[in-house]
Amino acid sequence: MLLEIDNVTLAYGRIQALHGISLTVGQGEVVALIGANGAGKSTTMRAISGLRPVSQGTIRFDGQDITKLRADLRVIRGVSQSPEGRGIFPGMTVRDNLEMGAYTRRNRSEIDEDLDRAFTLFPRLKEREKQPGGTLSGGEQQMLAVGRALMSRPKLLLLDEPSMGLAPMLIQQIFDIIVEINQQGTTVLLVEQNAQQALSRAHRAYVLETGRIVKEGTGAELLHDPAVKDAYLGVA
Amino acid sequence: MTTTTEKATWRSSGGVRGWFGRQPGWVRGIIVLVSAILAFLLPYAAEVPLIGPQIVTEGIDWPSALFNMSYYVLLALGLNVVVGYAGLLDLGYVGFFAVGAYGTALLTSPDSVLYADTGWKWLMAVPVALALTMVAGLILGWPTLRLRGDYLAIVTLGFAEIIRIFATSTTTLRGDRGFASIPHPPGMWNGKPIFGVTDAVPYFWLGLVVIILVILGVRNLDRSRVGRSWLAIREDEEAAEIMGVRTIKYKLWAFAIGAFIGGLGGVLFAGEQGFINSQTFVLQFSILVLAGVVMGGSGNMAGAILGGALISYIPDRLRGISLGDTDLYEYRFALFGLVIIIIMVLRPQGLIPSRRRAMELKDREKEVAPQ
Ligand SMILES: Nc1ncnc2c1ncn2[C@@H]1O[C@H](COP(=O)(O)OP(=O)(O)OP(=O)(O)O)[C@@H](O)[C@H]1O
Ligand SMILES: [Mg+2]
Repeated sequence: MLLEIDNVTLAYGRIQALHGISLTVGQGEVVALIGANGAGKSTTMRAISGLRPVSQGTIRFDGQDITKLRADLRVIRGVSQSPEGRGIFPGMTVRDNLEMGAYTRRNRSEIDEDLDRAFTLFPRLKEREKQPGGTLSGGEQQMLAVGRALMSRPKLLLLDEPSMGLAPMLIQQIFDIIVEINQQGTTVLLVEQNAQQALSRAHRAYVLETGRIVKEGTGAELLHDPAVKDAYLGVA
Repeated sequence: MTTTTEKATWRSSGGVRGWFGRQPGWVRGIIVLVSAILAFLLPYAAEVPLIGPQIVTEGIDWPSALFNMSYYVLLALGLNVVVGYAGLLDLGYVGFFAVGAYGTALLTSPDSVLYADTGWKWLMAVPVALALTMVAGLILGWPTLRLRGDYLAIVTLGFAEIIRIFATSTTTLRGDRGFASIPHPPGMWNGKPIFGVTDAVPYFWLGLVVIILVILGVRNLDRSRVGRSWLAIREDEEAAEIMGVRTIKYKLWAFAIGAFIGGLGGVLFAGEQGFINSQTFVLQFSILVLAGVVMGGSGNMAGAILGGALISYIPDRLRGISLGDTDLYEYRFALFGLVIIIIMVLRPQGLIPSRRRAMELKDREKEVAPQ
């Protein structure tokens, strides 16, 4: 297993956001994490990236315990996140945003290769290379956030709601790209409101409810689970 | 690489700054050099026909005004590192100025309890006093790093007050009585000391040299990995951390470097005045310097310099102007407030804005009021 989260508890002050969750992500998988607003999905991502200390439990990555590891060292080990709400740097150009994604790396020629790769994945970003990130449209910013997350050459890519605020056409496109990234060898943990898309594209998935994992299975299983259908797919 | 893209952005922008950015390297070099030389000639500004008498009015003791401007500019440059580059709102910045000045006083003045053991020359005290301000920067930085925005502002405000109260009420720091006979900087010329009591011009020149060194140092930092890290932290701290920026480390650096520069202002001040007491370091001073940084254009050194000089010069300029029976100097802070409000309404990003800052402001407005 590339990522193993075991019984992790996390609190913001007195608000307990995660009540002992366990999940795993295998090498080469796309795993989806779905759940209602406030269920703790983004919190789980923060715990994996090391932005918030966990109060109990362990996080293992690539065979090693990283529960107490500093966030920057996790990036170096191969964890990268595209945060909820994109979190791009508004005053930096598109190119500088991408360069920030490679902040922990030194090898110039490899970074240039990856810049090319990001621009191939997202040709729209190439056209806007010199434009400040803050002037991009919402969808373009989302592409930038995903592209930037790839710039650290992650083993595990954490995507927090990559389809948020995108037009239906673009949603298709961004999921296609996620699958493409995965096929190129990057493992993906995906948080989504768009459960339909997420479940149909993911190998496996977990359902999170108020800080607890209440269901897990393959994407197809959950897609046809009556309870999941009811709660997250808004049966049409 | 950051610098090349930055240049590209400048090139496409308008205004004086855009024009400057479009000039070839040697033209920019000459402009900078000429400005530096003109700065050294400022003491003779009154000799310039027409404009001179407008700048150097009757009421102003011009050499002293210049020296005051020089340490205000230093403070603005230092605060600009903390607020403008790293985005940490520090309202207690004058605290570091005080630590630098008191550090010097404690090590040199005959009034100091340490005098028997130290009683150093000014120059010897400088490095120690500066080290002390950096430590103070770290002490303030360490516990406050997890605070953001408003909270940080309140805590730093408290820090400056603590220092002031310490200075007022501890016997070691002597309150109002203060420290006298702080030695002046060294150096002789024609058998007379360069840094005397009557002429403030040499102090201004010394301040100018220090300012130039600070500008060069900060510029190099800004273009390095440190500057990139500060920028990322300021624009989005969580995103910066996700990229692998060691946010705590770089925020501490910003505090320490900012403190160091503020301390430089303090040691120069103590060396010129020869006397300091607890009245010297009032809170309004911190606010004034912050106003200067914001007014000039936060995140941009040219802006900080202009803003720092203006906050020191404007009140001086009001001296001796009377309207009817009232001397405008009496109302200097009210008028000054008015000037700041006008500038901020007309140019919210400051007189010499940083383009990036303008973008960030826009981004924040979007967050507050989504369309
Ligand atoms: N910084 C914070 N301080 C306090 N409480 C927080 C903080 N961040 C999140 N929470 C709380 O933790 C819980 C989980 O939040 P989280 O952001 O992980 O939800 P989520 O599943 O990502 O929701 P959404 O789908 O709306 O993004 C919520 O109850 C939220 O209010
Ligand atoms: Mg979320």
